[in-house]
Amino acid sequence: MANCGSGVAPAPRAGRAAAFGLAGLGLLALSAASVLIGVGDMSLAALAGGDAQGHAPLLLAASRVPRTLALLFAGLSMGVCAALMQMLFRNRFVEPTTAGTAEAASLGLLCATLLAPGFPVIGKMAVAALFAVAGTVLFLQIVNRIAFRGAVIVPLVGLMLGGVINALTTFLAYRTDLLQSLAAWTMGDFSGVLRGRYEFLWLNVALAAVAYVTADRFTVAGLGDAFARNLGLDYRRIVALGVTIVALATATSIATAGTVPFLGLLVANVVGLVMGENLRRTLPWIALSGAAFLLACDIIGRLIRFPYEIPVGTVAGVAGSVVFLYLLLGRRFHLG
Amino acid sequence: MTVGAQGNWGFVLSLRGGKLAGLVLVGTAVAISTVLFQTLTENRILTPAVMGFDALYVTIQTAVVFALGAQGAAAIDPRWRFAGEALLLAVVALGLFRWLFDGRRGLHLVVLAGLVFGILCRGLSNLLQRVLDPNEFAVLQGMLFARFSVADTALLPVAAGIIIAAGVFAVRLAPTLDVLALGREPAVNLGIDHKRMVTILVIVIAVLVSVSTALVGPVLFFGLLVSNLAYLALGTDRHRYTLPAAALIAVTCLAAGQTVLERVLGYDAALSVVIEFAGGIVFILLLLRGTRT
Repeated sequence: MANCGSGVAPAPRAGRAAAFGLAGLGLLALSAASVLIGVGDMSLAALAGGDAQGHAPLLLAASRVPRTLALLFAGLSMGVCAALMQMLFRNRFVEPTTAGTAEAASLGLLCATLLAPGFPVIGKMAVAALFAVAGTVLFLQIVNRIAFRGAVIVPLVGLMLGGVINALTTFLAYRTDLLQSLAAWTMGDFSGVLRGRYEFLWLNVALAAVAYVTADRFTVAGLGDAFARNLGLDYRRIVALGVTIVALATATSIATAGTVPFLGLLVANVVGLVMGENLRRTLPWIALSGAAFLLACDIIGRLIRFPYEIPVGTVAGVAGSVVFLYLLLGRRFHLG
Repeated sequence: MTVGAQGNWGFVLSLRGGKLAGLVLVGTAVAISTVLFQTLTENRILTPAVMGFDALYVTIQTAVVFALGAQGAAAIDPRWRFAGEALLLAVVALGLFRWLFDGRRGLHLVVLAGLVFGILCRGLSNLLQRVLDPNEFAVLQGMLFARFSVADTALLPVAAGIIIAAGVFAVRLAPTLDVLALGREPAVNLGIDHKRMVTILVIVIAVLVSVSTALVGPVLFFGLLVSNLAYLALGTDRHRYTLPAAALIAVTCLAAGQTVLERVLGYDAALSVVIEFAGGIVFILLLLRGTRT
C-alpha cells in the first residue's frame, strides 16, 4: 500500500526519511546552540546545579526556551505561508512581505491598538488577520486586473502596494506617537520574547499542519484555475482557505515578533528547485529549512556584537535580499 | 492655486528662509536627476531612487563612518568628504548601471532587482549602524540627514552650487538629450557617442542624488511623481521644457505639501510619508496602464 502507483522504490523513500531525520537533527543542534547563547550565565554546569542562586533553570524556562521555540515556529510558518502563496498566485516571487499581507497586518495591529487599547492580544491579532485578508484580497484583485501577468510584475506591484499601506501606517503611527512600537512590529526581533509572549505561535504550528493536510489541493490549485476546476476542485474555496491560513499566521508572527522579509520566498524557492513542486513532499522540508534559517540568522545576530544583539530581521533581511537578487538575476529561472 | 501657493511661500519665506532654500534645492535636484535618469533608461517608471541609488548613498556613508570611525570621518572637511562620497556613488552606480542595463533583461526584472537592491542597501546600512558604537551612530545620524529645519551651513552653499551647475549643464545638453531619448540605436545613428553620454549622465545623476539624499534622506517616489506630472502637463518630451517644468513642479509640490502639513495638519516631518503614499499609488497605476497596452 505504501508505494502503490507511485513507482518510487522503497529505498529512495527510506533515504528521504533518513535525510529528513538528519536535517531534523541538525535543526535540533541549532536549537540547542540557540538556547545556550546569551548574556546571562547559563553553562551546562550551572544548569546541573552548580549555580548558587539557582537562576539558570528560570532563565532557561522563562527566556531561552520560549525564544528558541518562537523562532522555530515563526520560521516554519513563514516558509509555509510563502509556499502556499506561491501556489495560489502561481508566481515564484510572492510571499507575505512581497504581497502587502504583512504590511496590512501591521496596519491592522496599529488600528486595533489605537481604537481599543484594552483589547486582549488575541483580539488585536484577529483584527490584524482581518486586515491581512483584506490586503491579500486587494492584491489578488489588482493582480487579476493585470492583463499581461509577467513573472516579475506581480511581486513588483505587491512591493508597491506594501509601500503604500506602509506609508499610511507610518502616518497614523506618527500622528499618534506609536512609531517606536511600529518599528518593533515590522522588524523581526525576538529579543523580547519571554514565556507568556510567544504561546500564540503554537497556532502557527496548527496552521502549518492544516496546510500539510490540504497540501495536495494547493498543488492542484498551483496548476491553475481551469485545471483545478477540471479536477473537480472548488478553486475559490481553496483560495479562501489559503488566504486565511496565510493571514492568520502572518498576523500572529507580527504580533509576537515581527516578520522577516524574503525569508519564506527563499526557502520555498530553494526547496522547490531541489525537490520539485509537490507540496505534500516539499512542505515538511520548507518548514524545517525556514525554521533553521531563522534560527541561524538569530544566532548570527546575537554573536556579531556580543553582548548586544542585532535584530534577526536585519540579518535575515540582508541575507534574504542577496539570495533574492541572485534568484532574480541568475539564469535558473526563465522569466516571462 | 498660484495665488495660494504664493501666499504660502511668503509665509514660509518670512519664517524659514533656510528651509525654503532646502526645499528648492532638493526639489530641483530630485526633478532633474529623475528626468535625466528616465531619458537614460528610456523609461518613465524608473527613478534613481526606485533603483536604490539613494539607499546606496546612505550605505556608502555608513560604510565610510564604519571604516574611519566617527572621529576620523568628522575630521575630514565635510565638503571633501561629500565630494568623495559622491564620487564613490558615481563609480558604483556606473558599474551597476552598465551591468543591469545591458539590454538582455526585461524592464520589469530590472525594476524589481533595483527595488530589492534598495532593500538590501537599507538592510546593510541598518546592520552597520547597529554594529556601530552608539556615539558614532549619533554622529552618523547627524551626517545622514541634515533636514530642512537644521540648516547645514557647510553643505547648503555647496549643494546650491552643484545643483545650479547641474541644472545649467542639463538644459544646455537638452538637444542631445532629446536625441538620446529616442533610444540607443537611433541615437548612435544620429551621431551621438552613446557610451560617453551615459557615463556623463550617470555621474551627474549620482552627484544630484547624493546632494538630495544628504539634505533630506531618501524620498522614494517623489521624482516619479513630479516627472510624470511634468510630462502630463506639457505634453512634450523636449528636455528644454520638461527639465525646468519638473523642477518647478517639484518645488511647488514640496512647498505646498510642507505648508499644508504644517498649517493644516500641524505636523511637519511626515512630508516624505505623504509623498510615498501618493507616489506609490501613481506607480501602481503606471504599471497597470503600462501592462494593458
